[in-house]
Amino acid sequence: MSTSYAQGPLAPPAGALAPTQPVTLRINGEDHTLQIAPWTTLLDALREYLDLTGTKKGCDHGQCGSCTVLADGKRINACLALATVYQGRQITTIEGLGGEDNLSPLQQAFIDHDAFQCGYCTPGQICSAQGLLNEGRAKTADEVRELMSGNLCRCGAYTNILSAVMEVLHDGQVVVDNGTLVTIPMQPISANSAA
Amino acid sequence: MSQTIATPPTVRLDSDVIGKPISRPEGPAKVSGAAKYAAEYNVPNLWYGYIVDSPIVKGKITKIDASAVLALPGVQQVFSHENVPSFAWFDRSYKDDVAPGGSPFRPLHEPEILFSQQPVALVVAETFELARYAASILRIEYAVDEDFNTDLDKARAAGKGFDAPKGKTGFLPPPKPKGDAEKAFQAAAHKIEGEYVHHAQHHNPMEMFATTVEWLGDGKKLKIYDKTQGAPNVQQYISKIFGLGKDEARVISKYTGGGFGSGLRPQHQVFLAVMASLELEHSVRVSLTRQQMFSLGHRPHTIQDVKLSSDDQGCLQSIEHNAFAETSQYENETETVVNWSGILYKSDNSKFAYELAKIDVDTPADMRAPGAATGSFAIESAIDELSYKAGVDPLEFRLLNYTYTDPTEDKPFSSKRLIDCYHEGAKRFGWDQRNPEPRSTREGNLLVGWGMGSGCWDASMQKAAAKASLSADGQLTVSSATNDQGAGTYVIMTQVAAQTLGLPIEQVKFNLGDTDFPVAPIQGGSWTAASVGSAVQAVCQEIGKKLLKLAQRMENSPLEGIDFEDVQFADGHIRANEDITRTVAIAEVLAASGEAKVEAESSAQPNPINTMKYSMHSHNAAFVEVKVDEDLGTIHVTRVVNAVAAGRILNPKTARSQVLGGTVWGISMALMEEAYLDNNLGRYMNHNYSEYHIPVNADIHKIDVIFVEEEDDLVNPLGVKGVGEIGMLGVAAAIANAVYHATGKRVRDLPLTIDKLL
Repeated sequence: MSTSYAQGPLAPPAGALAPTQPVTLRINGEDHTLQIAPWTTLLDALREYLDLTGTKKGCDHGQCGSCTVLADGKRINACLALATVYQGRQITTIEGLGGEDNLSPLQQAFIDHDAFQCGYCTPGQICSAQGLLNEGRAKTADEVRELMSGNLCRCGAYTNILSAVMEVLHDGQVVVDNGTLVTIPMQPISANSAA
Repeated sequence: MSQTIATPPTVRLDSDVIGKPISRPEGPAKVSGAAKYAAEYNVPNLWYGYIVDSPIVKGKITKIDASAVLALPGVQQVFSHENVPSFAWFDRSYKDDVAPGGSPFRPLHEPEILFSQQPVALVVAETFELARYAASILRIEYAVDEDFNTDLDKARAAGKGFDAPKGKTGFLPPPKPKGDAEKAFQAAAHKIEGEYVHHAQHHNPMEMFATTVEWLGDGKKLKIYDKTQGAPNVQQYISKIFGLGKDEARVISKYTGGGFGSGLRPQHQVFLAVMASLELEHSVRVSLTRQQMFSLGHRPHTIQDVKLSSDDQGCLQSIEHNAFAETSQYENETETVVNWSGILYKSDNSKFAYELAKIDVDTPADMRAPGAATGSFAIESAIDELSYKAGVDPLEFRLLNYTYTDPTEDKPFSSKRLIDCYHEGAKRFGWDQRNPEPRSTREGNLLVGWGMGSGCWDASMQKAAAKASLSADGQLTVSSATNDQGAGTYVIMTQVAAQTLGLPIEQVKFNLGDTDFPVAPIQGGSWTAASVGSAVQAVCQEIGKKLLKLAQRMENSPLEGIDFEDVQFADGHIRANEDITRTVAIAEVLAASGEAKVEAESSAQPNPINTMKYSMHSHNAAFVEVKVDEDLGTIHVTRVVNAVAAGRILNPKTARSQVLGGTVWGISMALMEEAYLDNNLGRYMNHNYSEYHIPVNADIHKIDVIFVEEEDDLVNPLGVKGVGEIGMLGVAAAIANAVYHATGKRVRDLPLTIDKLL
């Protein structure tokens, strides 16, 4: 033993905690008023206070994209957003895109293409893909790959995610299979799911 | 009730659900956010625990000052070694099903620090935000012991290695030597010698480890929602430590957001959450941060020395493969690393060794294809190097040295279609177009290289159990305490059940991840399909036997006097094999019986005679194209063909996804993954998702998966070998080999980053 080390706050702790305050969020078309501390992130507000746990926490640092939601149609990392700042904005979460019985085309395409395994990054991937569709920038497979690269998938489902997004982006007329662009004239691909 | 069918009366009417690319039944829940993971059960009156971890690597806590923390309104408790009561005394109580030898880490047990980021305190508060803030102001003083070492090279140079001891389930010591490898090496026409290295790699599943403990207020009863790859393993760990009965600690894990080995052993958050819940008599959730995910085990840093030699034709004369790996001070994590070289190739002379050295880190852990991913990188790189020395094409070289028996155990393989993987993979890839000369192909500024690698993995099976219930409305529910970390357990078990009883797949539901269900092993080792699949098949056969008996009790039963072996279940009917017009609808059997449901419970275990007589493995061959920017040294894997022989494929859709994932892991291991240890601090410096690199969508291009046909009725009743690990093998070596082909530069130290190439 030769030295000592002290772990603790860099500065003296605050004298008192900032009080909780009412915050009204418009989520999936409905207003919710919460009594929360000002440092509560939009992600924690959704998951811990509203039981909207479809939005995932994968890093809490804006590095993985699991918490992607749409704010006025644009994709954001909910872990880097303070809830109070997003009052008055239209927040759409995965639950707002479609439920188990009324899946959106993207959600259905993710199932058809097996574009997930563990499913944890999936809501973020789908919200991000919806944001990408809204942006209208990406058309080619390379562009989609690039613009979906803010969403990590540790299971490695990337080629299937690409296929799912491309199918919806081109309304079923273009499919990417194994990274190769396939044009399907006239008809959308049929879902081969039996379950 | 009989029914006439316009087919020849003895045709087998299999419902053929197995082998179809059926989508995951849990898909709608996963894509809509309805699937609940461990930290998402928002039970009433929940408190939040936040872990404080050690900034030092070795030493002792001398003082904990929690006064400022406890003064915060809403903070409930600060737990540390100072106030956590003693639970079980002996090491054996802390040993889980897959613990390696040694003395397991006990969280908050004593002031000693054994590794950087060791959990040292748990702050429990009424909200997550408050717990996080409170944890940040906790004062802890340490006496630092500077006599630590986290550098494996230093440990090796100091002669700290020791032969890896037995003790861990599934660990095989190195094979016995054959002939005289050194002498053969000296005399051989062609030889290579190389040191192959990879550094610590962390599993980093997307879902961070978390446990929600629901305090049921009734004695000590707990419902434990845990992130794990094996609820029963967690239950027995928790029960032994806290002295809880099976009905007092129910562990639930319906969805697991990836594991890759990190969830095989119970992790410290489950201990902390249960401890806090019992002490405070309250529901508690403990979630780790991404940074803390680097304190849960890792693929061990391993240095491998390989020496190979061949005659002038390219026939192997000797194989020597030695591995030197890290473990912690308190446990001996072992992997099967060098054996694969001996299983893949025949040689009259071989010699193997596997040593460990203790350094001051947390115990390494099994990580996707543990040991095999390590060994396969070394041997498959070395084989490539020797093929160039011998002037033989790398594929041809492997075919020359192909073995039809397992040389390490002198046993026949139960099946081995690796040769088909080579041929079908090479054909799909266009390998015959390859110019063998390094730096021979370019596209503008890009150097193009083609490389290959192969691998094998154990086709193993563990004992597993399942129960089933068929209700009068024809719904079949099958349950087992197994896991689905994304592997496809839900869908394949549904298929096996539907096929066995000939029911439409919509009428079958499979439940998992609950210790109230019959016991199943942890999800690892690629054994779930074989183990739980066989149990599901067995329990459905039990239901079938009961149905046949009930059918035979019906008035004028067309199935009277027929044995179970002589009937088939298809299209919702039971039929006599000899005359399929003798048939009864299952729904009618149930209606006539007056029973509300038919239930059964059963288990399956490996056939000990077959396991003794045969070597059982899955195999693969990976072919890879890389494009390397000549000026910048950036590497892109533009094309992969991964050909896999893994017995029967239950679901080509989800099995393909497993191999795609394995391939991405191979690319990741080859090009990106490394946890950088600062040996002055004994700490991983890139412990976050931004600096610990894994591939993003833009890094992954075309991946072709081939399943070659392989029938095997010896491995298990279903003939499956598992696909969780095999897809990863050979890929990292194939990339290193392709980079050599592209650039003429051989890199033996992963990850293959530009600094090593330029």
